[in-house]
Amino acid sequence: MAFDYAPAPESRAVVDLRASYGLFVDGEFVDPAAGGSFKTVNPATEEVLAEVAEAGPADVDRAVAAARRAHREVWGPMPGRERAKYLFRIARLLQERGRELAVLETLDNGKPIRESRDGDVPLAAQWFFYHAGWADKLEHAGHGPDPQPLGVAAQVIPWNFPLLMLAWKIAPALACGNTVVLKPAETTPLSALVFAEICQQADLPPGVVNILTGAGDTGAALVAHDDVDKVAFTGSTDVGRAIAQAVAGTHKKVTLELGGKAANIVFDDAPLDEAVEGIVNGIFFNQGHVCCAGSRLLVQESVADDVLERLRRRMTTLRVGDPLDKNTDVGAINSAEQLAKIRELTAVGDEEGAERWSAPVELPTSGYWFPPTVFTGVSQAHRIAREEIFGPVLSVLTFRTPDEAVAKANNTPYGLSAGVWSDKGSRTLWAAGRLRAGVVWSNTFNKFDPASPFGGYQQSGYGREGGRHGLEAYLR
Amino acid sequence: MSGTDRLEVRKTYKLYVGGAFPRSESGRSHPVLDSRGEFWANAATASRKDARDAVRAARTAFGGWSRRTAYNRGQVVYRVAEVLEGRRAQLAEEISRAEGLSARAAGDVVDASVDRLVWYAGWADKLAQVLGGTNPVAAPYFSFSMPEPTGVIAVLAPQGSSLLGLVSVVAPVIVSGNTAVVAASASRPLPAVTLSEVLATSDVPGGVVNVLTGPLSETAPTLASHLDVDGLDLTGLAGDPTAVELERSAAESLKRVRRAPAEEPDWAADPGLEPMTTFLETKTVWHPIGV
Repeated sequence: MAFDYAPAPESRAVVDLRASYGLFVDGEFVDPAAGGSFKTVNPATEEVLAEVAEAGPADVDRAVAAARRAHREVWGPMPGRERAKYLFRIARLLQERGRELAVLETLDNGKPIRESRDGDVPLAAQWFFYHAGWADKLEHAGHGPDPQPLGVAAQVIPWNFPLLMLAWKIAPALACGNTVVLKPAETTPLSALVFAEICQQADLPPGVVNILTGAGDTGAALVAHDDVDKVAFTGSTDVGRAIAQAVAGTHKKVTLELGGKAANIVFDDAPLDEAVEGIVNGIFFNQGHVCCAGSRLLVQESVADDVLERLRRRMTTLRVGDPLDKNTDVGAINSAEQLAKIRELTAVGDEEGAERWSAPVELPTSGYWFPPTVFTGVSQAHRIAREEIFGPVLSVLTFRTPDEAVAKANNTPYGLSAGVWSDKGSRTLWAAGRLRAGVVWSNTFNKFDPASPFGGYQQSGYGREGGRHGLEAYLR
Repeated sequence: MSGTDRLEVRKTYKLYVGGAFPRSESGRSHPVLDSRGEFWANAATASRKDARDAVRAARTAFGGWSRRTAYNRGQVVYRVAEVLEGRRAQLAEEISRAEGLSARAAGDVVDASVDRLVWYAGWADKLAQVLGGTNPVAAPYFSFSMPEPTGVIAVLAPQGSSLLGLVSVVAPVIVSGNTAVVAASASRPLPAVTLSEVLATSDVPGGVVNVLTGPLSETAPTLASHLDVDGLDLTGLAGDPTAVELERSAAESLKRVRRAPAEEPDWAADPGLEPMTTFLETKTVWHPIGV
């Protein structure tokens, strides 16, 4: 007999949403100069969660000026050991308000509560805790004997890990003595605004962290502002390219963490059940809204049928639905726009002759949903093998020899991550050495840690986040 | 017969691409003047096609060069220093003529160039430990990071310092395993051609360094926009506003760019790590730990 899961929803009561939010500038929530606003919705239900201010050029001016003053007068001159204590405070506050932030993140983003509770939020706290410790040790970090902050950092982050990406950006910037103006993604602004409250609770000096909500125009104005010294962006390769063009000829230091089309290589000697777990984690974690997602499965021909059969069987057990349910594995697609993009590219997959199979799941009737999907019979020329889909869609290709696997894996303008599955240590290290990617997961996938540098090769961007390496982005 | 009666055999100054010394495919050359403005020689005028050929040669060489052991790359760069030392007199004379330096000052420049190569040679098998290491992650995984070369790097060599400046931008690129396409100083290209002859006789595999002579207006835009070039060093355009357009062009394929300084750097100063790290990627590998 089959056992059904009883609903196990996490309570929303822990989140106290305001009807509307202002911009966070110079330590206070303020109304935007031009008065525009937009709504943020729960992608699992299409319910409006809150109204959020839209920052215009005047607000960007104001926030950058606040950050500049805070850098000049307070944060820049402050001894590293004092900066460190603020960051430790923030780390603790994130832990204390962890459950609230996890629920909020799931409401605004659509990701399963299991992931926001066990992944995004604890990692965000860890990011601050880790970088706090660097603030008074920078001269030992190998970036020169007298490293100095850059000044004001303009930071633009995506919607897939809203709070975690904020932590990746703000923690190293502050630890290195910079002040920041950060723009969260337009579809997921809420956790950044709660983070602004946390800055207030930590008594962080006004102007050290400024949060400007808005869409692409706000981000473009921020990045182009004459008085920023540093631009840090995580998002699409197209926008990253535009930013690299916009800052050409300026003094601004730039780091870009962009798209990917990672290969997940399964050799015939791999422990297949573990590999299947890794494949599932690689592409269905966070609905596939992951720049380093293992979206191209490269499986050795001799085990391809076996792997695919196990994969389909495993996919039928994935629970897709209410993101607040603690048993949910795959949540909602973040926005109608993203859902349309996934549908468009998967339709191209059909047209180009690849074979589609989706897990037999019942999708909710409201909200934005896409079933976990696998395309087989994919060739390297197919668009679904070349372009980032940024959804729960896996393209499967096969190979015969290790050299062929590496050649196919590297046949992409991206180079963010890759996975290798094999029981043979020498083989995984051989493959890891030849893969042109910034992160290689060997017999695992999608692992992150503030002590471990993350970032891409080629058109996946430049610069690293995390570890000693990540500090370089915020020092001169 | 006394030496003065003998007519000098002059050298044809050619490009250096893929380990060979071709003339420009365009068949063009241009006069190079010495520091007093007098005709010195004709140099090959590299065309856009020559630049593309050089990129192809550099790409072909990248796999083998980047996979050599660091120890071996260090020895090869050291070998360049050895061979350059043997050409001291010739290069000192060329630098003197190109840059208007006294014979003694020009000799000092060659010495400094040799010393710089020796310094960089020693870096080859130190970079991974200085720049890499293990990452203390909060989970049962062995996580480590190491530097890897970025790929094919287009280097616009300094306009003023025709040998020391050139060596100071090429050595840091190749010692870590990158390959280079170098646009030599437009007005002082001849020491670069002679350095090519040094490279060709120093165990540097063909294509690891490719040297183009001629106006930058011909080669630089091609290199900056080439999709198979991974990095761009704009040092040669110090203080030149055209560098902005090249940086913008390089953004199309998200090249790593070393921006043009306001003025040509002091080549006698300690270079630091930045000339190397700009064209290095960090690779992080995770592996589970368990029984």
